[in-house]
Amino acid sequence: MTRWFWPLVWRDVVQAWRGGGIGMPVAFLLLVASLFPFAVGPDANLLGATGGGMLWIAALLAALLPVDRLVTPDRDAGVLDQLAVRGIPDEMIALAKLIAHWIGFGPPLMITALPAAALLKLSADTILRLEIGLAVGTPALAALGVLVASLTAGLRSSGALAGLLALPLAIPLLIFGAGSLSEGSGAAIKFLAAIALLLTALTPIAAGAALRAGRE
Amino acid sequence: MATDMTPPRPSDNASADAGAAAGALRGASTPLVEAHALGCERAGRLVVRGVAFALHPGESLLFSGPNGVGKSSLIRLIAGLLPVASGTLNVNVPVALSDENLALDTGLPLRDALGFWTRIDGASDLRLRAALEALDLMPLADIPVRMLSTGQRKRAMLVRVLASGAPLWLLDEPGNGLDGASLDRLGGAMTQHLAQGGAIIAASHFPLPLAFTSTLSLDGANA
Repeated sequence: MTRWFWPLVWRDVVQAWRGGGIGMPVAFLLLVASLFPFAVGPDANLLGATGGGMLWIAALLAALLPVDRLVTPDRDAGVLDQLAVRGIPDEMIALAKLIAHWIGFGPPLMITALPAAALLKLSADTILRLEIGLAVGTPALAALGVLVASLTAGLRSSGALAGLLALPLAIPLLIFGAGSLSEGSGAAIKFLAAIALLLTALTPIAAGAALRAGRE
Repeated sequence: MATDMTPPRPSDNASADAGAAAGALRGASTPLVEAHALGCERAGRLVVRGVAFALHPGESLLFSGPNGVGKSSLIRLIAGLLPVASGTLNVNVPVALSDENLALDTGLPLRDALGFWTRIDGASDLRLRAALEALDLMPLADIPVRMLSTGQRKRAMLVRVLASGAPLWLLDEPGNGLDGASLDRLGGAMTQHLAQGGAIIAASHFPLPLAFTSTLSLDGANA
């Protein structure tokens, strides 16, 4: 299995890098973090209180930016067909895409969150909790991206539809992700981890079924 | 003659029985691929039915017929990309498919784009080199895939089949876009594959430079 699995992951990471799929979420997060103080005013207390939650929303939207590049190009080019002919299960294709998508945006986002948090005057404690929350939550965001990309592959205006599908599913992530930012919020991070685990575990199965059903 | 050549007819299940009988007669070795009364459905419509064949090492089968008669659907069915609507299909060996989709990363040089697939197949670089040379693509190995012409792309897709090492080749319109010299090279590669104990199923609406063991004419009567 490893013979073909890691080349598959590596190819997707390289594709994301070449296609600007990695730079875009990073630039997006920085841009939102620098626009936010203009919108709510430069009050450090207000920014500190609301900035963390805003970064979670930005992270969620950043995860959805490359969704139309995750599955549709491979489907249209026949790559998914060629993989299926070789007997590679659709679930493993989805898992490879999940891992590659996370590598492409999870760690870069966590690094970018540091200057973004500085722009918003977050306290050191909040930044630490934000990073822990992102470390736990970004795999789930990646899973959500792969899931909706698989479901909408081959449809017209799939990008907009993907957003509409993903955002309701992301509500629990947002609640517990932003909830984990305040002091003494150990329960929220555990709930976040539980939901992340559920999404990450279900996605290969659900996305694999979607890829199979979309074959014609 | 190894395969059942009865063209598929509606309300004619005899061809399936004949195919089964022929298979039973030959008995001894398991065929690489065999089908009985195979039917294929597209968008709820049965486009092909009653197809029967069996291929042993060194044998080849050509689906011929006009456009839209279900040649490509049959190829995709045998490749496992479409569900079997009726009948039985047994594919007993790994398969390599060349259809109308390029499935190569167009930004990469040809060698690297094909190299991805040889890694997936677990094939050696030597095999890829040999395949590139067989179809005269070695001079273009360092050119990005997006710069290749239609015929060169088609040859690149055939190189992937050659390099895969799969015993059964499924070629959907392999001659499309190829010039005379490339067609001859394709014929040579196919002959060599058969001589090495492989099998080929091809679909084409014009003659290919290979003496196929058998030909199945799809005449559209089932559509």
